[in-house]
Amino acid sequence: MFDLPRWKIWGIFLAIALGIAFAIPSFFPKSQVATWPSFVPRTQIALGLDLAGGSQLLLEADLADAEKQRLAAMEDSVSQELRRAPRIQAGDISTSGGRINFILRDPTQLDAAVERLRTLTAGVGLTGTRTWNVSTADGNRVIMTPTPEGAQQAVKDAMTVARDVVRRRIDPSGTREVTVINQGANRILVQVPGVDDPEALKRLIGQTARLEFKLVDQRADQNQVAQGRAPAGSQVLPMIDGSGAIAVQRRAMVSGENVSQATQAFDQQTGAPVVTIRFDTAGARRFARATTENVNKPFAIILDNKVLSAPNINEPIIGGTAQISGNFTVETASELAVALSSGKLPVKLDVIEERTVSAELGRDSIEKGLIASAAAVLAVMIFMIVTYGRFGVYANIALLVNAFMILAIMGIFGSALTLPGIAGFVLTIGAAVDANVLINERIREEQKRGRKLLDAIDTGYKEASTAIFDANITNTIAAALMWYFGSGPVRGFAIVLLIGIITSVFTAVNFTRLLVALWVRAKRPRELHI
Amino acid sequence: MKLLKLVPDNTNIDFMKVRNIALILSILVTVASLALVGIRGLNLGVDFIGGQVVRTTFAQPVGIEDLRSRVDALDVGEASIQEFGDGKTYQIRLPRPDGPESQAAAITGKVRTMLQTNYPGVTVGAAEAVSGKVSDELARDGFLAITLAMLGVAIYIWFRFEWQFGVGALVTLGHDVALILGFFALTQLQVDLNIVAAFLAVVGYSLNDTVVIYDRIRENLRKYRKMQIVPMLNLSLNETLSRTIVTSGSIMLALATLLIFGPDVIFGLTAAILLGTFIGTYSSIYISAPILVWLGIKPDSFLKVEDKAPNLAGSDGAVV
Repeated sequence: MFDLPRWKIWGIFLAIALGIAFAIPSFFPKSQVATWPSFVPRTQIALGLDLAGGSQLLLEADLADAEKQRLAAMEDSVSQELRRAPRIQAGDISTSGGRINFILRDPTQLDAAVERLRTLTAGVGLTGTRTWNVSTADGNRVIMTPTPEGAQQAVKDAMTVARDVVRRRIDPSGTREVTVINQGANRILVQVPGVDDPEALKRLIGQTARLEFKLVDQRADQNQVAQGRAPAGSQVLPMIDGSGAIAVQRRAMVSGENVSQATQAFDQQTGAPVVTIRFDTAGARRFARATTENVNKPFAIILDNKVLSAPNINEPIIGGTAQISGNFTVETASELAVALSSGKLPVKLDVIEERTVSAELGRDSIEKGLIASAAAVLAVMIFMIVTYGRFGVYANIALLVNAFMILAIMGIFGSALTLPGIAGFVLTIGAAVDANVLINERIREEQKRGRKLLDAIDTGYKEASTAIFDANITNTIAAALMWYFGSGPVRGFAIVLLIGIITSVFTAVNFTRLLVALWVRAKRPRELHI
Repeated sequence: MKLLKLVPDNTNIDFMKVRNIALILSILVTVASLALVGIRGLNLGVDFIGGQVVRTTFAQPVGIEDLRSRVDALDVGEASIQEFGDGKTYQIRLPRPDGPESQAAAITGKVRTMLQTNYPGVTVGAAEAVSGKVSDELARDGFLAITLAMLGVAIYIWFRFEWQFGVGALVTLGHDVALILGFFALTQLQVDLNIVAAFLAVVGYSLNDTVVIYDRIRENLRKYRKMQIVPMLNLSLNETLSRTIVTSGSIMLALATLLIFGPDVIFGLTAAILLGTFIGTYSSIYISAPILVWLGIKPDSFLKVEDKAPNLAGSDGAVV
């Protein structure tokens, strides 16, 4: 073992040099590292929110609501499709029990209707399973049932869109270090460092921001509206400030999809905060036509099925811009502006878990954590030297290198250091020591048995290796399961442990062996106190 | 330089002599721990039972009664308010709310707003809200992670060694986990997600210790074919004793440092791992080795099948 080939020696030193190079940036402030030349490693270890301070929200999609919306959208498409020439006459469409169900006036058109509706049911993925099943009954009834594959695909698509919308809302300029990722089938994890009051975040995410402009139904009887009843083709919606309800036509003049830009502004007459929106070309045309046809009639500005305000159309609005007023503060107006320009959420999101840590608490934790880790490493190092002398020094060099390599690998993979991670780090230091203890104890034993020094060292490394192997494999299994089944802090702990196991085997076995070999070659020692 | 030797050379401690006493002691402590968990219960944090926690620091000392009345006025359930030392730092804990899942997060918002309007200069150090659905999942995942980690490594040991060793490791781990649970029931330290990490660390460490000893037992079983099993186990334990003490010692040294100087937030985590290291060291000597005797491990356990045959036939077996 003392005649290591040259490539092996250089290989080990190269790995260690790389480890140290990639660890060093973590010891400098971010702003400084950013100015370093590009050929220098700039990987920094990220701090978890518990150390950096910030907010974490776990959002869950309301799947029942999503399915309801999907059903409503399909109902719209179905009635549009049937109205297309040649028109197919159908009775009222019902959407009860999660299915779409209607009767045809003319049973002979049944096949034609089914044919036409099939075009609305695209295939899913490679299997091509339809998103909806179209079936018939009683000779004149058409039933459309969502397929599980279709529903699943719809949720998947919605979650991808929702993730992007959430990201745009939290980080309109795209410059902050926010994390927005899908988790499981219907969840989104949001992490925002530095924000320790998540109320504004929750308000932003909480609104679906479905904006609609609808004409107020002036035929409606006020008493009936108060009871929640509206004439056919209309619906009753509550005012957002709670001042009663209003009947509006179901058909929207224009909706949020046609908004291309939204900004917070102030009303020129009253000075109150408002949101100015600009429509895209199609939206502007539709809005112009609708307002031209309905001068002097009121229309309602509706956000998430609540009426913000219902102003009169004084003159046709043809410029493609509109102003939304409705008891805003500057803050709520800019939130709405952000929500509108980020697009509407395809599904309602609820906050089901919230964790925030203030920056001060985070700083305090990291200070104490660092001091404690340093003290722990120091204590173990002294202990190793007084126990094993020269070989203890080698073990210590390996220990330091190990710490650097853990930092480097975490920096490269971008895994965040958390508080439990610090505990994991300390435990790894302890475990790394174990490999050297096993080796050194074995060398002691072999010397006691009367072996010559070099022989004892050789046998020590060899015999200790099976125990080191088995012990590390079992720990790897435990850490991997921890990582797989755990969440949050458990994962933070497991990551450090996993990385630590790998680096510690390398440094405690290969690297110390190299140090010993170099010493033996240079000094040709006859005896060793161990 | 004279090197430190915590364990003198050539120890010959008869660990196995007290194996029955150790067993009875271990069974008693295990049963007591589980009973304690049954009687006193565990102080489960919001991670596992849902609810809200707000840790807050005021600019001036605030009376607990004053704070309580204001929290009660929010009508968000029975609050448990804990003071930390100076009358300025408090932890407000609220139960899992009824109603929709998003209610938990809404309540922390309410508490935060109340604090900010009533107490100028207040800082909210940390706030956590975990809905019932999430806490149920976290509890299930935590339980799964610990159980599967134990089973997974036991199966690995079974493959690498013999079934007796796998069972021995599993029993040892069960003992260690039960004792840590007892510790939490006794101290009523809060059990949160961090503590799951502690349990897993203990499982990992205890195994490490057990595997090193098992490894030596396997080696000696192959080496000393004619030796009786009990003296052979004693020999193995004595041979690895120095390593056991040095490693456990250095890990405990590191953890004790973290316990004293580390942040309060991970006090429970560190305490559990420290205790676990101690228990794990004890159990790998006094449980994992003796159990091999009871499970009937034989000196020929690691022989190939064809080599075993003459042994079974009653020949003296002194091969090689």
